[in-house]
Amino acid sequence: MNVVVVENLSKRYGSIIAVDNFNFSANEGEILALVGPDGAGKTSIFRSVCGLLNYDSGSIAVSGYNVSREFDKVKPHLGYMPQNFSLYPDLSVEENLFFYAGMFGLKKKEFSEKKKHLYQFSGLGPFYDRRAGALSGGMKQKLALSCALVHDPKVLMLDEPTTGVDPLSRRQFWDILKELRNSGSTIIVSTPYMDEVALSDRAIFIFDGKKLAEGTPAELPRLFSGKAYRADVTPTHELMEKLGKIDGLSSRRFGSSVHIYVAENDALENYDSQLETLGIQRDALHEIPPDLEDTFIQLMGR
Amino acid sequence: MDKIRYIAIKELRHILRDPRSLIIAILMPILMTFLYGYAINLDIKNIKLAVLDFDNSFESRELVGYFYNSGYFLKSEAAPNLYDPEKILKTGDANAVLVIPPGFADAVASQEEFELGLSVDGADANMSAATSSYSSMALMRFIEAKLPPGMEIPGVTLSTQVLYNPDLKSSHFFVPGLIAVILMMISALLTSITIAREKETGTMEQLLTAPVTPQQVIIGKVIPYIGLALLDGIFILFFAVFLFGVPFNGSILLMLFFGIIYIIAALSIGIFISTLVKTQQLAMMAAQLVTVLPSVMLSGYIFEIKNMPQILQYLTYMVPAKYFLIIIRGIMLKGADFTILWIQGTFLILLTIFLLTIATKKFSLKIG
Repeated sequence: MNVVVVENLSKRYGSIIAVDNFNFSANEGEILALVGPDGAGKTSIFRSVCGLLNYDSGSIAVSGYNVSREFDKVKPHLGYMPQNFSLYPDLSVEENLFFYAGMFGLKKKEFSEKKKHLYQFSGLGPFYDRRAGALSGGMKQKLALSCALVHDPKVLMLDEPTTGVDPLSRRQFWDILKELRNSGSTIIVSTPYMDEVALSDRAIFIFDGKKLAEGTPAELPRLFSGKAYRADVTPTHELMEKLGKIDGLSSRRFGSSVHIYVAENDALENYDSQLETLGIQRDALHEIPPDLEDTFIQLMGR
Repeated sequence: MDKIRYIAIKELRHILRDPRSLIIAILMPILMTFLYGYAINLDIKNIKLAVLDFDNSFESRELVGYFYNSGYFLKSEAAPNLYDPEKILKTGDANAVLVIPPGFADAVASQEEFELGLSVDGADANMSAATSSYSSMALMRFIEAKLPPGMEIPGVTLSTQVLYNPDLKSSHFFVPGLIAVILMMISALLTSITIAREKETGTMEQLLTAPVTPQQVIIGKVIPYIGLALLDGIFILFFAVFLFGVPFNGSILLMLFFGIIYIIAALSIGIFISTLVKTQQLAMMAAQLVTVLPSVMLSGYIFEIKNMPQILQYLTYMVPAKYFLIIIRGIMLKGADFTILWIQGTFLILLTIFLLTIATKKFSLKIG
């Protein structure tokens, strides 16, 4: 069942098109990742779904209610965690939770039960009287997530929840998300990190406000066409620039090596001489299975 | 209702957790009261008065005594051999010259009409106005002392008549007005900043996804500031009455009633500003521009409205402080009641409703 349905969503800011005729839906009980670089339009989509943005055209439904017409009915079903930390730094952990519980109409008794549960999974219990502003990055995100969860929403909208969070806290955060998914929540999460796609159930690649591709972490790399090679050379700025000028090839820096992509009806042999002038010998190139990031880069370049 | 309470509690916590702002909100009004009460003193004292006594009688010396003992005049050190008032004033050693022609004593005894001369240096308009009124006062007291009670004062006409502030003390005039300025500043400034802060730090974004209405957010947020502004008002009033001896002749309840209406008008302006700006700094500047300046300059607080250019006079109708100033001075100095104040009161209430309507209409639950 589709809990969130977005159809033909468009939003422009002046002459800039942030979201361009975007369609997607989220099923009940899945983690859907929206993946794309900064400025791809993720936040505009999130704000539109959460009723914070006057989008230009299209329709959005959450739990069967139209977001622009029946937003009051949508609100109890929706938990939103904005990209930037959006809780009150001068209030304590518990005061923040208490405030949001109040905003969603929880009774005092309901809150004290809910509180226990939230402290349990977030591990924030020992810090209940610490000011939110004094928490570490990872704990801040857990608190923001807890505040978005006080009213047991069916749908969680998390806009880049792990950006700027250390790797250990990121893993813990994703463990919590999986737990929530297993208990039936639908989670839509945006991320600039490709490795988080592998943790989600389904992912959508976004670039320039458009959908590039959609599928499970296993399906997505199959959308790669042609072949991918790893070149064991130092990816200097100059080298990357010259590689970019070769028609027919696409390439990207990958750690201390370079990935080079050849289209389906083409072959690496056609570029041997050009690569050699750049100092890339044939025996320095190894064919590799394309990963998610290779796929994204190739789709982006099309 | 519950949600309003939650928001108000949260807002109160913000206020209490930020001691610096709290100190500013409490201390600044008190400091300003002292400043306006003591330092900015428009009372004119120590007017240098030279006397040309051609009568040289007991009565004339007695009259001169009334002048110097009034507390406003000092003996001028002008050269005693100058007998022309104009020459004396030109030396700059005197601000005013009192001329008592011969025959003054006889005139007092027979209660005839008599003319005294007073030449005043008009270069300082304030000084000259004060000199003539203080002189009239001194003369009046002299004549009253000389006449049997109930008798008409012959031949004396006073061109200036000072009511309600018989000592012409400027603190009586300034301190009530200060309440109008400070209430406006605290209310508008702090509300516009508190809403702008939620926008700037992004907390508004998460708040707006909760099932709350704009009205609940606004009311909840401003309640603590109404309290804070009232507290400030009471502080200033306290200092005004007990420190500067400003009289409080009217009803405290009536004052409180209009005070709250005035605060709501100020809060509405603050909310309206916050809908237009996105940062606290802009909110602060806009609030000062829109509230403090007009409340000081266009309300009749310092400058008389009837002396302003016509366009500015029309503009003053949109300044809540204009009405509140008349109300508060009326209540404190004259003991005026609602039958006297209802016109100003109605204007203030209408303006408040107008501002509040615009503010709530403009306050939206969208961020873009």
